[in-house]
Amino acid sequence: MNLTNTLEIQETFPDIADEMLKAQTKDVNLYYKDFHALKNINFAIKANTVTALIGPSGCGKSTFLRLFNRMNDLISGVKITGDVLLEGENIYKKGIVVDELRKSVGMVFQKPNPFPKSIYENVAYGLRVNGYDHKDSIDEIVERSLKQAALWDEVKDKLKKSAYELSGGQQQRLCIARALAIEPSLILMDEPASALDPLSTSKIEELIYDLKNKYTIVIVTHNMQQAGRVSDYTAFFYLGELIEYDKTKTMFINPQNIKTQNYITGRFG
Amino acid sequence: MTHLDTEIQELKSDVMEMWSLVINQLKKSQEAILTFNKQIANEIHVNEKRVDAFELKLNMDCEKILALFNPVAIDLRFVLAALKINYNLERIGDYANGISHIIRDADKPFPKELLEETRILEMFETSIEMITEAFNSFEKEDKDLVANLFYKDKKLDEINLNSNKQICAMIRKNPDCAEQSLNLLAVIRKLERVGDQTLNIAEEIIFFIEAKVLRHSRPKKKE
Repeated sequence: MNLTNTLEIQETFPDIADEMLKAQTKDVNLYYKDFHALKNINFAIKANTVTALIGPSGCGKSTFLRLFNRMNDLISGVKITGDVLLEGENIYKKGIVVDELRKSVGMVFQKPNPFPKSIYENVAYGLRVNGYDHKDSIDEIVERSLKQAALWDEVKDKLKKSAYELSGGQQQRLCIARALAIEPSLILMDEPASALDPLSTSKIEELIYDLKNKYTIVIVTHNMQQAGRVSDYTAFFYLGELIEYDKTKTMFINPQNIKTQNYITGRFG
Repeated sequence: MTHLDTEIQELKSDVMEMWSLVINQLKKSQEAILTFNKQIANEIHVNEKRVDAFELKLNMDCEKILALFNPVAIDLRFVLAALKINYNLERIGDYANGISHIIRDADKPFPKELLEETRILEMFETSIEMITEAFNSFEKEDKDLVANLFYKDKKLDEINLNSNKQICAMIRKNPDCAEQSLNLLAVIRKLERVGDQTLNIAEEIIFFIEAKVLRHSRPKKKE
């Protein structure tokens, strides 16, 4: 099985209607001015799964990740062709309000980036911006989000303290709680544990594993073992092309493409 | 060459060394039974300790690679295959040692006609050919070299299957040779198991090279 074209995607998920695929790309090309960064990418993300994107630096995996919340729009000279669907709707069609889109797509970055506010406010901020104003309901969502991010027990007695007083791993889980507060349809993670120690990394990985019951997650990682541990599906990108996309187990035991094998076994180049 | 490549090459080389040792044990057991040479049987017994020590060393080497290098894809398949091949080789070593015990405990040589009628010589040759072909396949990483093993194992099975009737007939014909006949039956059983262990090894070679799992997909043997 290899999921790099639409027909194979349908064959792989025969019992799943299009609307049950959380996100899809169809013939997507992306150019940074003259540079062809993504080449004709066909991709499907099944709901309630974790999909890992792997590949060498500059292969296009982070660019691909940012398609789903239109963060590439902020870069001058970007041109995108093809369709990017979130729950069946093309998010690049005219009339899409990007701020609204980003309520549905949460993102966690490489370095924890809490706001210079209290722990509580970091989680509540997104809710307030989005029009929530009932304190009891915000309290409830903050608690729920911190619990989902496996941080509640560590911070419940110091919610009013600055987020900067937390450790790096706690800050990253706070950022995940912040993303969860708005109940996104899709969560994007760009190397979320690369700046963390092994214990914090382990907590983030456990969290990712637990969250897939409720959320759909796409994670960019340079750590092969992490991709193996947390993801259900893995996609290998190289020079802007999707080389191979399959179940993680297959990718790490019997990859079909020699480029994938060379990359994951460390024999690349 | 990466550090992992070096480790895997060393593991492969050690597995092949163990393999050669086991082939040698089997050849010695053949010689010992044909010539009724108790000294060779004793050598097999002494060498069995080397086979056991090799098994432990290879196990530890595999554990080290798995723990320190987190191999994936073909590297992972190689280490997993080496681990299981190691186990199967040790079992074959046990069978050779078991045959050596029969010779050490026997008080007179096996009559030539008994050896011929039971086709034991043929079994020895076939099983040694099988394990040698598997060795060549592993060394050259060429799965085609194990293709014949499945047919050769059938020959061992057939001899084993007919052996009960044959040994009974031999005992009836010559009751004085009853103990020797029963000992030869035990040797036949062990050689048949050598064939099975070698087929397990062949399956691991195919898994390592092609990622195909053949285990439990072979047709069941007739009891």
